[in-house]
Amino acid sequence: MSAYLDHAATTPVRPEAVDAMLPFYTVDYGNPSGAHSMARAARRAVDDARDIVAEALGARPADLVFTSGGTEADNMAIFGAVRRHGGVAVCSAIEHHAVLHPVEALHGRVVGVDARGIIDLDALEHALDDTVTIVSVMLANNESGIVQPVREVAAIVRRLAPRALLHTDAVNAFMWVDVAAECADADLITISAHKFGGPKGVGALVVRNGATLEPLLLGGGQEHDRRSGTHNVAGIVGMATAARATVETRAATVAHVSALRDRLAEGLRAAVADTYESGVSGIGDGHDRSHKVAGNCHVCFSQTESEALLFLLEKEGVLASAASSCASGAQDPSHVLAAMGVDRELAQGSLRLTLGYSSTADDVDLALDAVPAAVARLRRFG
Amino acid sequence: MSTRPEVLVAMSGGVDSSVAAAMLLEQGFAVTGVTMKLWGGDSDSGCCSVSDVDDARRVADQLGIDHHVFNFGDDFDAHVVQPYVDAYASGITPNPCIECNRHLKFDRLLRRADALGFNMVATGHHARIVDVGGTRRMARGADPLKDQSYVLYMLRQPELARILLPIGDIDKAGVRTLAARLGLRTATKPDSQDVCFITATGGREKFLGARIPLRAGRIVDTAGNELGQVPAVELVTVGQRKGLDLAGAGQRRFVVDVDVAAATVVVGSRADLDRDRLMLANVVWSDSPVAGRCLVQCSAHGDPRPATVDVVDDDRVLVRWDEPQRRIAPGQSAVFYEGDTVLGGGIVQP
Repeated sequence: MSAYLDHAATTPVRPEAVDAMLPFYTVDYGNPSGAHSMARAARRAVDDARDIVAEALGARPADLVFTSGGTEADNMAIFGAVRRHGGVAVCSAIEHHAVLHPVEALHGRVVGVDARGIIDLDALEHALDDTVTIVSVMLANNESGIVQPVREVAAIVRRLAPRALLHTDAVNAFMWVDVAAECADADLITISAHKFGGPKGVGALVVRNGATLEPLLLGGGQEHDRRSGTHNVAGIVGMATAARATVETRAATVAHVSALRDRLAEGLRAAVADTYESGVSGIGDGHDRSHKVAGNCHVCFSQTESEALLFLLEKEGVLASAASSCASGAQDPSHVLAAMGVDRELAQGSLRLTLGYSSTADDVDLALDAVPAAVARLRRFG
Repeated sequence: MSTRPEVLVAMSGGVDSSVAAAMLLEQGFAVTGVTMKLWGGDSDSGCCSVSDVDDARRVADQLGIDHHVFNFGDDFDAHVVQPYVDAYASGITPNPCIECNRHLKFDRLLRRADALGFNMVATGHHARIVDVGGTRRMARGADPLKDQSYVLYMLRQPELARILLPIGDIDKAGVRTLAARLGLRTATKPDSQDVCFITATGGREKFLGARIPLRAGRIVDTAGNELGQVPAVELVTVGQRKGLDLAGAGQRRFVVDVDVAAATVVVGSRADLDRDRLMLANVVWSDSPVAGRCLVQCSAHGDPRPATVDVVDDDRVLVRWDEPQRRIAPGQSAVFYEGDTVLGGGIVQP
């Protein structure tokens, strides 16, 4: 028996997405930039997909740029804005490295978060002025699952940084949150297909409200010169199919998964002493997780090391993760927990269990058996 | 359920540990590979670069065993890198490989392996563990040119009982032959050289210069006459002969003493370096202390020299050489051998 509890890393591809993709590898494999009938079939598939994804994001089809994934879209937003408009980039300290590293590379400003993992809006105000040309604040954090107040951020940005574009990385949010509504004020929005039941290697960036970006990739001029390179037709079709399924089932999935997640989180807190649940108050009953995405259970255990914990959990069939992995596969200390002021020793015992649309009660049961036993063993061997 | 003993083999991505893993598999152990991520900075090779982790992972894939990466970077900084820097700052010449074995491979990793339920830990060191009258001892590897027993002297009975050194019985050529026969991708990979966190291009000087102030110093002879200057007194080691840039010196001069606090390097003749005794601290015995006559070796591939060892206290030992020996730089390790087996060792005191 095994339990895949790493949906924030990636998700199983929805069967309808696989079915939709296959003809574009085997039958209609034309290049959408071409002129003949097979090319036109591919072109139509890309345009249909564009309509679907745009609607899911509350954007116009012409505002959507298909990319190779979330990292490219984030890089395109940050580098594209600063290379085109100059000025200063600003982001929160808990951004994914695909935003944080570009901002750091451009010597931009990084805004801290509070102990709940929510951006410090006072600090944001101090970081903004009319030299700022892009502000990037994610919708839901990939480690903690905590949702950021993007609407409030937008109001502050418009007031204090009138030249700035507002970008939001909605990669880990789209599965759970109505991005079209929550990010209505954003100029640039990133999504990535494999986080919501689509294939890896495809994503999109919304570019709207007259925003202009310097392209990262020059070449054949696809995507209206905003992103050259032959379209990943099957991937784009898979993303659109998954996006539609996500939006159609979102409310039911959130209800189902958040109940599983709450049982998992409460069960771990009850079974393991000294459990810190990131961004969720440890005092009183009925812990409020309404500010987290439904699939995320992110905890830290004292006197425990993530690497050892993940090893023991894998032996019991529980597949999970801790913080981000570096290129070698080693676990690096979490920059998100550090930004939240979590003690480094405690942060080394982080565990991220993330559920998805395919998660079951059995998955939660297995984790509730395996995690307390593994933590107890590691604490015994301290 | 498998009843085969579970072994965690430390795989650096080099040929020795690749073959160690393969041999354990052939011997019927349940083998899991692990690469320790120790150093995040610049490195020529050593144990830490991403390409070495890739090599280890691909060898594990080839052998059909699981492979994991453990990030022990904080421990490596605390127990190896920072002490290395502190030692040079105070005029001591450290051996970081020994501290890595002491604190990382045979402490941190061993404890992690215990917690994860492994029975044994294996490495690709060229050394053997032998039974001498009911106790275990580290012994020289089969290849005298590659023997690594010196850098493993700190292992005591509890560690020796849980360690496997599969390649200790074969020489380096044999290791490469076996790797080639198994088609391992690391078969012709060059041996790693020197300290893994020091690059060939930047060297020790660049590494230390980025971490501590390097101060110019005076060079004086044993009578106190000033002979010249060195750009960085922290980089000078007792016994050093090259790189002092003493123009027109008629005779060969050696560094016989370094006083970092006074920024002074004392040079003298070869004879001025001779000592008839050596004080060691942080002494570790593989079993109980063994005073008396033995062979003492003061570098990884140095000649073992006969001496008498007196136990001063729980921490210290006095080595009295049969014949005077060149002074050993403080911070280096001296290892006691009985024949080819290690009795213990300690760190040379100023």
